[in-house]
Amino acid sequence: MSQFLLYSLASIGLTCIGSYHLIVQPHLVRKVLALNVTSSGIFLLLVAVARRNEHEFPDPVPHAVVLTGIVVAVSVTALALGIVRRMPSGSADEPVDEEETE
Amino acid sequence: MISLALDLSLAALTLWVAWRALSHRDLFVGVVLYIIFGLLLSLVWVRLGAGDIALAEAAIGAGLTGALLLDAASRRSRRPRDGATAKPDPAPRRGVRVPLSQSAGIALLVSTLAGILTLVVSGIDGSPARGLTRDVTDRLAESGIVQPVTAVLVIFRGYDTLLEVGVLFLAALGMLASRRMRDLSPVARATKEDPVLDGLVRVLLPALVLTSAHLLLVGTHRPGGGFQAGAILAAALVLLLLAGHRSVSAIQGAWLRFALLSGFLTFLAVAAGPMLTGDRLLELPVVLSSRFILVVEAAIALATGVTLASLFAGARPLPSSGPGRNNAFPAATDEP
Repeated sequence: MSQFLLYSLASIGLTCIGSYHLIVQPHLVRKVLALNVTSSGIFLLLVAVARRNEHEFPDPVPHAVVLTGIVVAVSVTALALGIVRRMPSGSADEPVDEEETE
Repeated sequence: MISLALDLSLAALTLWVAWRALSHRDLFVGVVLYIIFGLLLSLVWVRLGAGDIALAEAAIGAGLTGALLLDAASRRSRRPRDGATAKPDPAPRRGVRVPLSQSAGIALLVSTLAGILTLVVSGIDGSPARGLTRDVTDRLAESGIVQPVTAVLVIFRGYDTLLEVGVLFLAALGMLASRRMRDLSPVARATKEDPVLDGLVRVLLPALVLTSAHLLLVGTHRPGGGFQAGAILAAALVLLLLAGHRSVSAIQGAWLRFALLSGFLTFLAVAAGPMLTGDRLLELPVVLSSRFILVVEAAIALATGVTLASLFAGARPLPSSGPGRNNAFPAATDEP
């Protein structure tokens, strides 16, 4: 089993775990967490694809794309958490930011 | 055989930690597990021969994202609701209950996603002619950079990097706008001085600055470059902020805006410069490009470092000025 095959299968698993939790979790900060895991899964797919030929140097273009993606992902996370914080809390209809423990 | 066993266990561990991070009852524990997931992912990048990405993932993906999420996770219980004391802890729920009517639809969605990705993976063949590796390595001499990833980032796909620095700038603008602040000095002044972190700053800050400069300068020959240097710089600034160091509150008003703008504008100037002499955007003359590279990388590092640190600082709350009221985030029901 080549590295490409192993890690692309792992990336499929990671993306599915992330998107499942993104859909299912009601807590907004957890959704942001799941979004980060999903994007990490896609990055893993890209970097695994860059390694599809074991005898060559890894393809640098997907690497550059993933590097860009990591920086954009942290910007999105920061803005998303800022928006989550600004949402009106304590409203009777949608306690979407209620903490489960603590 | 050993490397296959290593890769298998690393991949399995990464998947398991990701699952536990998302499904754990306690959000704080989940965020800590996410940071561990980020570090495991950095090891995966190293296994796949992506040193630049490993550096960026550890600093930005695990470190800065983890810090942002920790702030978000720990603050919920401390912030009192308007006009009331903190709510008593609700009974901990066991996991997430998905109604049966929805679970079929969700299962269908997720399995469709898995199917599409499997189709994508199975359609990829490894013949050298179909990748971009040859194209990049053949033209590496033209770019003046030895490290292929840096060459792609700065020279061959410089347009994407220009837009990326623009996205960073937009994120900083959005954060400042949502806080209705003109700079971050209120946040910096609000942080109490911490003697333990102060000692840590004395030890770590020189090392962080040196590492950042090293990564910047070495980026043309080895894994490193502007974004990684910027990430380490952001870590240094965040450390200063957390320690309540007085130097951070000096970055206020025009200085902060200048620092945020400078990276994007420098890159834009370098990119648009050729247009003045009749060439197209980013069509840098080959002879001069090696001199511009360091300028561009330094601009990227400064922009990334200051923006990421500002994004973190922007997420910190200000202390409430009245009982039960957090003035940093005026409620939507404010009277005009």
